[in-house]
Amino acid sequence: MEIPKSFLGYKRENGRAGTRNHVIILPVDDISNACAEAVANNIKGTIALPHSYGRLQFGADLELHFRTMIGTGKNPNVAAVIVIGIEPKWTKRIVDAIATTGKPVEGFSIEGVGDIDTIAKVSKKAQEFSMWASEKQREECPMSDLWISVKCGESDTTSGLASNPTVGNLMDKLEPLGVHLCFGETSELTGAETVCEKRGKTPEAQAKFKKTWNDYNDFILKEATDDLSESQPTAGNIAGGLTTIEEKAFGNFQKIGGCQFIDVLEPAEEPTKGAGLYFMDTSSAAAECVTLQAAGGFNIHLFPTGQGNIIGNPIEPVIKLTANPLTAKTMSEHIDVDVSKILSREMNLSQAGDELIKSTLRVANGRLTCAEALGHKEFVMTKLYRSA
Amino acid sequence: MSNTDIIIHDEKDNVGVVVIEKITPEQDCNCWIMENDKSVSIQSKDEIPLGHKIAMVDLNEGDTILKYGHDIGKVVKNIKKGEHVHVHNVKTKKW
Repeated sequence: MEIPKSFLGYKRENGRAGTRNHVIILPVDDISNACAEAVANNIKGTIALPHSYGRLQFGADLELHFRTMIGTGKNPNVAAVIVIGIEPKWTKRIVDAIATTGKPVEGFSIEGVGDIDTIAKVSKKAQEFSMWASEKQREECPMSDLWISVKCGESDTTSGLASNPTVGNLMDKLEPLGVHLCFGETSELTGAETVCEKRGKTPEAQAKFKKTWNDYNDFILKEATDDLSESQPTAGNIAGGLTTIEEKAFGNFQKIGGCQFIDVLEPAEEPTKGAGLYFMDTSSAAAECVTLQAAGGFNIHLFPTGQGNIIGNPIEPVIKLTANPLTAKTMSEHIDVDVSKILSREMNLSQAGDELIKSTLRVANGRLTCAEALGHKEFVMTKLYRSA
Repeated sequence: MSNTDIIIHDEKDNVGVVVIEKITPEQDCNCWIMENDKSVSIQSKDEIPLGHKIAMVDLNEGDTILKYGHDIGKVVKNIKKGEHVHVHNVKTKKW
């Protein structure tokens, strides 16, 4: 198949392009959720992104909170942003960082005003942003404007046999076109960590990966009360035939095809070394991982599943594929791309990769994903340790 | 081409994955090795569902299970060729 050279996206002020055109109402902290949700309810064409944290965090955990908030606002799938926090200082820090993209952003704080007057004031600004964004048109954008993140979930052995290698095939075909790519899931590379380390393009990238995985493993050894059974692999993984974390890891690893990673990113960190594949240090929990990748600036997500994970994200469209014929049948409303014919050998990997590229471009051009149509908007902050 | 019942990732692997809804005891199964596109056959001893693994050779306690050509865990209970391989007879070497 000849790979298309462009897609229809929303060009942003900073030169990036979005596959979506969201106006988001972003609460800085848990207690500002109610206000954000009220505004999103008032003003059509906006979405609130409620979450559970943002108070009394400190150190690296607080930095990650800011990075996730700011990265979410900066994501090119977002046209304009309203930030609401209880206090003005942290709110302003987030607004100022998002403003560097040149997109419309405005912050509000609730203290000394109260919810009701804040909601009224914010609603007026949100209406202005929503109507402004509604006039944005899709334009032709080069493939290199696609930033694709990947993560698998509710995996089974069909993931390692077919759906993950299909994503790998797409990576092999799109990497030469200058696309940014990102995989994560530090925990789920356990067992394949030395093989993965060797996929670093430079000694620096390899060393950074090794340190990231070792730090994670030390943490597991310190905190684990048993062998992590039912967490890694999960009960769903085991029902699907996966026996050990090593087996899961080698299946997981198929997602990057033959690509080498050029750098290792902190959770929610934006890549700065140009096009190519990046590894991001993330949890393997689906919603946490995709939230971090979206905050890193990725604008379209590929999610292979075996037993049927149903995740979506509020700003980054999540395309789901499966090779499990039972899942494709029993959970069809969640599956965007069915590659189960690989198992019956009626379809080869390259044909499956081409199908996935076509579906990815349709979604990039605006087609709703199953998760979007079903209203999945999982926005889940990663927390590193307890608050002060 | 006959139907494929079991797929094996790598020629070195000592387990294969069932890719039909299930295989039944004493079923003669066609196996396809992805890496070199060769075919082999095996008779099953157990009922094994879609996605679950079958032992391609006799395996003894302490042996290493190879899949994708890599170490994915250790045998904790002897397994006969054709039997179901899963959490009841294989454990991780990590953690």
